[in-house]
Amino acid sequence: MTHDPVRFYQVGSFAAGNRLLDQGQRTEQSRRGRSNSLTSGHRACQGCGEALGARYALDAAMRATDGRLVAANATGCLEVFSTPYPETSWQIPWLHSLFGNAPAVATGMAAALEVKGRTDVRVVAQAGDGGTVDIGFGCLSGMFERNDDVLFICYDNEAYMNTGVQRSGATPPAARTATTEAVGPEPGNEFGQGKDLPRIAIAHGIPYVATATVAELHDLERKVERAMSIRGARYLHVLVPCPLGWASASSDTIRLARLACESGLFPLFEAENGEVVDVTKIRRQVPVEDYLKLQGRYRHLFGDPGRPDLVRQIQKVADRNIERFGLVATGAEQEVR
Amino acid sequence: MDKPFAVTLDVGSSLANRTGSWRVERPVYIDRMPPCNDACPAGENVQSWLYHAEEGAYEAAWRALVAENPLPAVCGRICYHPCETACNRAHVDEAVGIHGVERFLGDLARSSGWSVEVESPPSGKRVLVVGSGPSGLSAAYHLALLGHSVTIVEASPELGGMMRYGIPKYRLPRDVLDAEIAAIRALGVGVETGRRIDDVAAAQRDGGYDAVFLALGAQLARRAYIPAADSAHILDALSFLASAGGAEPARVGRRVIVYGGGDTAMDSARTARRLGATEAVVVYRRTRDQMPAHASEVEEALAEGIQMTWLSTLARVEDGAVVIEKMVLDEHGFPQPTGEYETLGADTVVLALGQEADLSAVEHLAGVATREGMLEVAPDMTTGSPGVFAGGDMVPAERTATVAIGHGKKAARSIDAWLRGEEVVRPPRHELASFDKLNTWYYDDAPRTVQHELEVVRRQTGFEEVVAGLDRERALFEARRCLSCGNCFECDNCFGVCPDNAVVKLGSGERYAFDYDYCKGCGICVSECPCGAIVMVPETI
Repeated sequence: MTHDPVRFYQVGSFAAGNRLLDQGQRTEQSRRGRSNSLTSGHRACQGCGEALGARYALDAAMRATDGRLVAANATGCLEVFSTPYPETSWQIPWLHSLFGNAPAVATGMAAALEVKGRTDVRVVAQAGDGGTVDIGFGCLSGMFERNDDVLFICYDNEAYMNTGVQRSGATPPAARTATTEAVGPEPGNEFGQGKDLPRIAIAHGIPYVATATVAELHDLERKVERAMSIRGARYLHVLVPCPLGWASASSDTIRLARLACESGLFPLFEAENGEVVDVTKIRRQVPVEDYLKLQGRYRHLFGDPGRPDLVRQIQKVADRNIERFGLVATGAEQEVR
Repeated sequence: MDKPFAVTLDVGSSLANRTGSWRVERPVYIDRMPPCNDACPAGENVQSWLYHAEEGAYEAAWRALVAENPLPAVCGRICYHPCETACNRAHVDEAVGIHGVERFLGDLARSSGWSVEVESPPSGKRVLVVGSGPSGLSAAYHLALLGHSVTIVEASPELGGMMRYGIPKYRLPRDVLDAEIAAIRALGVGVETGRRIDDVAAAQRDGGYDAVFLALGAQLARRAYIPAADSAHILDALSFLASAGGAEPARVGRRVIVYGGGDTAMDSARTARRLGATEAVVVYRRTRDQMPAHASEVEEALAEGIQMTWLSTLARVEDGAVVIEKMVLDEHGFPQPTGEYETLGADTVVLALGQEADLSAVEHLAGVATREGMLEVAPDMTTGSPGVFAGGDMVPAERTATVAIGHGKKAARSIDAWLRGEEVVRPPRHELASFDKLNTWYYDDAPRTVQHELEVVRRQTGFEEVVAGLDRERALFEARRCLSCGNCFECDNCFGVCPDNAVVKLGSGERYAFDYDYCKGCGICVSECPCGAIVMVPETI
């Protein structure tokens, strides 16, 4: 069947694998011998998007580097649930220091490897959104500016989940957290605040910036692969739904990540040297309600009377993304597909 | 205990932490009934042969197909494919063109010379099959495969029943039919053609048969009283179609009126056109929506220039003309006469008013019951007479070849069990894999492959086959459009999406297993399974 001219494989382009595809076209996650960088027995909640995102990204990086990979980790859920002393779920060399210094630690690791002539070993640093956009932001910006040879991966679950769901700089507008309660005339998090870190990273002009989600496995692995083929500072921002903090069903983790993209709220793109070079188009566009309604953190927006005005405002955020990144394919582009 | 300062414990893996104990629900792999299989009157396991065809394993696909139905090349052409009506893919883009793949496999089997062998040891039992239409052939085939000695007795000169004497060649070329019948005969099935059985009980007794399958069909054309001039040329559709398939087709003249609204009426009108009629008009007393003919037949007929006069009855037939009366639908949807008449030119009138079974052969059979001109059978195709089974058009059911093929198979299993003194054991039927069980996000977008049709001019003048088959590449594409509803097809999604690595991939053909030591029961695998082959069940605590 290898010479078959038929390109269509039922689920080849979306599911993890397919028995009819060549091994090379399947995702790393469909391979029996995948690294399982983050192995079983970790203490993440049921349906944790971050555990999933970390394994997706690191397994892909392990494949890209032929297993020569070390990781620095900021404090956060990912660190706490994976390494309660003396157990570890990591099956790669892994180092944790402080909440705010993961980019600096990774910089040091890369520098040490260079000094020792081990540039074959690559460095990733990873953190949640709190460690990235708030607490580690200064270190990260420095790492970008120095163009250190590190891939920094942010697993964005849009709040400080590990400590009890407090707002972070990545918490979206109107979302309820422990520190932005759903009360008053402007319930939940405020509009117009927070940090769009992928775009801040692009503004640093670093070699590679990309966004991904746990719902688009092929896309995520391709981006990690691309990142590992480049030297210098690289940034990958992965949306990882959190059943606990988002008050969503544990089975909806991937569905929510998908809806975040399909509504336009979380644009998928790649940028190189300060310019957006590629965008993943929306395949089946949905209104933001489809995404918001599955989450308890937006419950105050719905029901009677609800806050349709705020829903409309969130839709505007999505529409703005769609316009800014060209997320909806034009007629001509669809022809090409 | 020689440890560094402040270190008291050895480093260990989190594998020591059996997170499966958190679980209150567990995922379980299941198989659901795909809608195509559910809808197939012949009981085909459509999804399983498509599964093989997706790999290009066409012989394996054909073998899975003929395990249930000996006539795939025929069915791929003439079946009205309820499987496609039920297909879940219709909710995504268009139904999978199952019949195209089926036909491709049937034709490929013929050109490749694949054949089925009888593997069961001879049972020593003899079974008489009366009639050689689809149900008779199907029963004979399955009985032969089960090791029984089968004899088909057929009143007509050749085997095939309505497939030969009713269905026009442009829908079913006779070489296709002949080949599949020959394959059934090659299993050692005995055949007596040109012998009409008038008394089933006597035939069974005299022939020393252990069981009988009756598949006499429905060959009496239903009549209606229509006043007609002596010189009027009136034919019934069955003899008209039978003659059209023979050496000396009936002569039809220039203008032909076909009275009736079923598939036979469509076949008659389209056949009349091919026999030289310049005008063929179908007269039907109700509306287009109410026509019993299948929509595809009506569309193909219209494309060939067949005219339709709905809401009209035939009042009388004159010399060279018919008089029709206009009808209107009453509030219950029934046609009522209006008293308005119209005259249409007509050299020939073909009556296609339905068919009835000739039950005279079972009159002497004790215990059998008839109802509305049909032979009563139980769901397992048994009649009231022990050892006598029946199916096809002579029993109450939808009258299509595929239904008849299903009857034949079911009857063969019942006969086999009866001959062994056993009961037929049916495995429990799986729950239906309805569309809401699927996660269609994962399926590639792929519109259906078009089967090319013959140009209209050639369709109006000859009996060449109208619809072309799929070539190898298109058949493969079409097979791969299958969603595999309700049954794992090894897409690795569950293995990929588990946040706890609690899905074990067992390898090609072996599917997956859950590692309940670590599965936390989040249910992501259930949500993200494209085909709905996983369910959550509560843990017993």
